[in-house]
Amino acid sequence: MPDNKEPISETSETWPELFDQLAENAKDSRLKAFYQAGCVAPDMPLADVPLVALDFETTGLDPDRHSIVSIGLVPFSLDGIQVGKGRHWVVRPQLPLEQASITIHGITHTDIDKAPDLGDVLDEILEAMAGRIAVVHYRSIERPFFNVALQWRLNEGIRFPVIDTMAIEGHLHPNRRPTRWQKFRGMKPVSIRLADSRTRYGLPHYPPHNALIDAIATAELLQAQIHHHFNPDTAVKDLWL
Amino acid sequence: MQAELIDIRNHLAQHAPFDEMAEEMLDKVVSSIEISYFRAGTPILEFGQRNNWLFYVRSGAVEVYRRSGELYSRMSEGEFFGQFGLLMHNTVRFPATAIEDCLIYRIPDTVFKYLWDNDENFADFADTEGRSRLRSALSRREKSNELMTSKVTRLISRKPVAAPCTVRLQEAARIMTDQGVSALLLMDEEDDRPKLKGIITDRDLRTRAVTEALPSETPISEIMSGNLITTRAQSFIFEAMLTMLHNNVHHLPVMDDDEVRGVIALSDIVKYESQSSLFLVSNIYHQQNIKDLKKVSRDVRDSFVRMVNEDANSHMIGSAMAGIGRSFTQRLLELGEEKLGPPPVPYCFMALGSMARDEQLVVTDQDNAMILDDSFDPKEHDAYFLALAKFVSDGLDACGYTYCTGDIMATNEKWRQPLKVWKSYFIDWIDNPKAEALLNSNIFFDLDGIYGRTEFAEELKTLVAEKASNSQRFLAMLARNALNRTPPLGFFRTFVMEEDGKQNKTFNLKRRGTAPLSDLIRVHALACGSRAQNSFNRLKAIAETKLIPEDGVGNLRDALEFISIVRIRHQALAIEAGREPDNNVRPEDLSPFERSHLKDAFQVVSNAQKFLKFRYHSQVGRHAG
Repeated sequence: MPDNKEPISETSETWPELFDQLAENAKDSRLKAFYQAGCVAPDMPLADVPLVALDFETTGLDPDRHSIVSIGLVPFSLDGIQVGKGRHWVVRPQLPLEQASITIHGITHTDIDKAPDLGDVLDEILEAMAGRIAVVHYRSIERPFFNVALQWRLNEGIRFPVIDTMAIEGHLHPNRRPTRWQKFRGMKPVSIRLADSRTRYGLPHYPPHNALIDAIATAELLQAQIHHHFNPDTAVKDLWL
Repeated sequence: MQAELIDIRNHLAQHAPFDEMAEEMLDKVVSSIEISYFRAGTPILEFGQRNNWLFYVRSGAVEVYRRSGELYSRMSEGEFFGQFGLLMHNTVRFPATAIEDCLIYRIPDTVFKYLWDNDENFADFADTEGRSRLRSALSRREKSNELMTSKVTRLISRKPVAAPCTVRLQEAARIMTDQGVSALLLMDEEDDRPKLKGIITDRDLRTRAVTEALPSETPISEIMSGNLITTRAQSFIFEAMLTMLHNNVHHLPVMDDDEVRGVIALSDIVKYESQSSLFLVSNIYHQQNIKDLKKVSRDVRDSFVRMVNEDANSHMIGSAMAGIGRSFTQRLLELGEEKLGPPPVPYCFMALGSMARDEQLVVTDQDNAMILDDSFDPKEHDAYFLALAKFVSDGLDACGYTYCTGDIMATNEKWRQPLKVWKSYFIDWIDNPKAEALLNSNIFFDLDGIYGRTEFAEELKTLVAEKASNSQRFLAMLARNALNRTPPLGFFRTFVMEEDGKQNKTFNLKRRGTAPLSDLIRVHALACGSRAQNSFNRLKAIAETKLIPEDGVGNLRDALEFISIVRIRHQALAIEAGREPDNNVRPEDLSPFERSHLKDAFQVVSNAQKFLKFRYHSQVGRHAG
């Protein structure tokens, strides 16, 4: 295993300072409150860190061309996932909903017509996230889409650290693609998608593509990863990005 | 509850006791859940630790231990644990460890207690003792069978028709015709209060009076049945039915102390159970040869399945099947005597084992013996009795009661002996007990005379009842043998769990369940000098002596009933599916309800075995030393 031991996180340890600064500069009161809730200390052991699993369903993969369709989140800690506090919102996308994404998310035009704009539920979302470290599976979705959506509506973006369960899997399986020789010997590539990663930890199969279920699934995956590859004393700065 | 949590809700709703839970209650549970992941090998609960959660296994597997570290149970998907501690001041009593990577749904104690107080089904299920829920499971079941919930007095439609026992034959027949009854009670009117003295039925008039061409002036007392079989006014209908089956009578006077309340007839019960096993019995007596008996024997299994489907209890089914087996034997003996002539000396034909205990099912071999009069002379008489024994044994085999592999049959010379020899057998078994020998003679301690001079068998019962209770060494030996076969610990996924943690694919519900129970009940019954043979009746006798605590007796009765019923249902299902019924059960064939209650019942058996060991152990030590 070549580079397993290298740290996952190469980001600065300066998230708490950055939050202070962002709180200072934020113009929107909701954003200001979010930053003011602060960011946990980089050395805080994972066991003590308040977490929130976050999942967005979107009309595509490009934050500049596609929109958020639904948002799921659930607060948790290494100890437990508070299912009853899980939230789920369908929001009206700014760009037309494509047929392809309807089949994936099961969200129809009728659902969307009745749905609020992201701006209308922003206070609830930010309140649920405040003081917690976000956990996502694949960091190139939730944070950039959220950032673009807020730029668009508030003229200011959003920044926050995330723990990426997919990055952790990627880190554990650096050589996922078998060489031609290995392929010849029957080796299959290792998938680090959410459902496949969960299977490796004996986690049950959930129906995919509902934002709240995916958020719960991501939270469970992080618990399993920590118990298998790290430990409750691991500092949060080793995992956040 | 968020609609998106439907997957969690559905998972709970697939597993007992959540499957029967009201929707709002289930929503409340789902919203309260915290999900936790435990890696294989990690402790989840440690002894003495504070705990405020009920643990539901969503995936993976968990082992639960006793305080001593002994394995208590292995839980998998859909099962829960931790309730022991929640009911005991939130202190962990049964530690638990993940043995596979587990995803656990934790339900807070506030919700647990809410469910405990508001959902009876949940409380029954989560009851740590497991025994009261066994009882409520059984009572729910028994409520559905009218024979078991209605008293015999319901069947009495008119005042009893009676006459003084001094009347003559013709007068008796006239009264019966005038009153339109098939049975007439005969009273002794010498005292101020008339006392029931006998009964005469249509059948008696036909078989005893008409066929013998008795003069119409014959005193009725000469042909009436004086050895009266009756039932109490408090009895349930099924008890009356068992009495009829056991004694092959079709009319029962119903007694309130020594006063007659009325008479119930076979036809009254048939109204309740249209395809009665009583019919089958009366049909057996009409067959004239083995070939025809064999034809009738094909209905035995149908009758069995019908009783199971009508929710009869195991006592009822076991007695009915034994009654049928007894009737086949009795009819074969009658036919044998017709063929071979009357017996040269009096004899008693004796049933042993399950038939004697009234606990027979459909998969059964024949266990029988003959007690001959002490005037028996082997040279002169044995050819007759051997021929008769062979006739009966072959006939029984033809009717589905296969030959006994242990050769415990009247065809074996050793088990075809005069009363004095039988007495010496029993005295030897009791006075010089040897574990090995007792294993083989166990079956003789369940005995019942079913034909001929049944008083011979009664003499043996008396001898055993008097001697056994005074021989601690014999009881200790019997107790030791009763511990040879133990129940399984429980179930895990599709496996049977053993106490050492081993897992098997199937288990024998007779060898691992009902047999160890009837073995240990026999020991206690003999210790308290009971003459009862049936395990449920033996338990009644044990309860009266306070030999074991009262709730202990109740638990044993419930455990026996539940294991028996599962075994019976298993056989009935096989018959209905066209398979040969047996006693081997695979856990996947059991419903979640059966699995969880069977585990409770096994626990009762296991505890009772421990008690037996403790109760009779010291005596073994003293004499063995």
